Amino acid sequence: MADNVWILGITMTKFGKHPDKDVVDLGAMAAMGALADAGVTMRDMGILAAGNLMNASAGFGQQLQKQIGQTGIPVYNVANACATGATALRTVIMAIKSGEVDMGLAVGVEKLAGAGLLGGGGRGKSDAKVWSPSGRYGAVTPTDGRVGTDAMPGTFAQVGMEYGHKYGEVSFETFAKISEKNHAHSTLNPLAAYSKRFTLDEIMNDMMIAYPNTRAMCSANCDGAAAAVVVSEAKLRTLSLEQQRRAVKVSASVLTTDPYEEACQILPNVNTLTRNAARIAYEAAGVSPSDLDLVELHDCFATAELVHYDNLMLCPEGGAVEFFESGAPWRDGSTPVNVSGGLQSKGHPISATGIANIWEVCHHLRGEAGDRQIEGAKVGLAHVIGLGSACGVHILEKSGL
Amino acid sequence: MTDTSAPAQVPLVDYLVLGDQPHLVANQCTGCGARFFDRRNACAGCFGTEFTKVAIGTEGEVRSFTIVTFAAPGVPVPFVAAVVDCGGTSVRANIINTDPDPQHVKLGMKVRLATYSLGTDDNGTDAIGFGFEPA
Repeated sequence: MADNVWILGITMTKFGKHPDKDVVDLGAMAAMGALADAGVTMRDMGILAAGNLMNASAGFGQQLQKQIGQTGIPVYNVANACATGATALRTVIMAIKSGEVDMGLAVGVEKLAGAGLLGGGGRGKSDAKVWSPSGRYGAVTPTDGRVGTDAMPGTFAQVGMEYGHKYGEVSFETFAKISEKNHAHSTLNPLAAYSKRFTLDEIMNDMMIAYPNTRAMCSANCDGAAAAVVVSEAKLRTLSLEQQRRAVKVSASVLTTDPYEEACQILPNVNTLTRNAARIAYEAAGVSPSDLDLVELHDCFATAELVHYDNLMLCPEGGAVEFFESGAPWRDGSTPVNVSGGLQSKGHPISATGIANIWEVCHHLRGEAGDRQIEGAKVGLAHVIGLGSACGVHILEKSGL
Repeated sequence: MTDTSAPAQVPLVDYLVLGDQPHLVANQCTGCGARFFDRRNACAGCFGTEFTKVAIGTEGEVRSFTIVTFAAPGVPVPFVAAVVDCGGTSVRANIINTDPDPQHVKLGMKVRLATYSLGTDDNGTDAIGFGFEPA
């Protein structure tokens, strides 16, 4: 039986605009913050896993080492779309579970302030002068906008609309109310990129991006980094009582991709791989959805949050609208969801997201979340989706040591 | 000098078959029946490597849609992107020939395949695109 794995130290930078810092600066801030939080140094690390999706071939991990400590340990530069941070963390967790190392560092960073629309390649100023087929579909010209949409807002809009077709229509207003919740939650988070409360009218009347997602219902591109120090339980037990008390147990760490199903190559299916990851995670942790004191889920768009209530089994199948309308996912509800403000207001610096959501959960489990503390939080879940697709689910538990 | 012969045509994508009755074709796995619109190396469902061409029905139902009003540079908006269920085979396409608003595009609405010209190139070849219009 492999040893248990714990988060020893974790941090996130303020999300937002950092014009005076490059990705290495931001990554270094997060990494050094996590090491300080853990009470250890780079000398203690047996592995570094690092993600910076927008420069995935640049060897960000080694660039980071050159600034904060070159000790000769292996670096895994990982890229897995919006699940890059969770993949970096899981890489370290696997290394520790394998018994090869007893401590490691995972870092995710992105600079995306002002990046605009992601996913759509766009078109040149004019179409080709001669139509000639290319690519796997033999297309004579770019298909974005001619055969559906490649951009994220419309893709995830269809994910939410499909849920409505399957289980009963979901109104524009219901989707907008999900954003209203997350923007309200963000007012308590000093590290959020945006912490302004919006009225439902303001959200619904904001610029429409891809119906039913208005701008306020889309994740915010911004700069940010997050990092975590992971430790084996055997090693943790040799550390100070204070370190043991603040450590957070990783009860489940799961990464899945989308299994083949009809239509999954037409519109990405973000449902089945999330449901599969959740099922594996709940079983591994011996935890049921009703045990969760808080959930940070991948609300890249308001339409996505709705379907993940169902995919993470926070409600009965088909019951996501009823679950939301009951008030359950508000911070004073039965299953608080995205008390950080979520990606829509906290922000979504892609590779940082899958560690920052774990920081949020750890912050509450440690009882250090200040004004937005969920009182008595003992168990939490963090979820990310990288389109294409990859899903990370981690279940975390308060230390009993 | 005027060329009176019909211009040559080329489909937007190679799975659009032009002619008197335009339709889409898929690569169907002979092992498990999974259907794909792209060039295949193997089947994602059963890993089989034999495929046959099958014609996809030209009538279907809107299973999901979005109305895109903000897109990448050079992509005209608004447009309706949708998933159309054509007799059990899901197709990615735009909804065309109707107003792009939630009053005119509905989940579950019946649609049929329609084609349109994307314009001619320097050789006079006309590229033909497709979408689905209200049936």
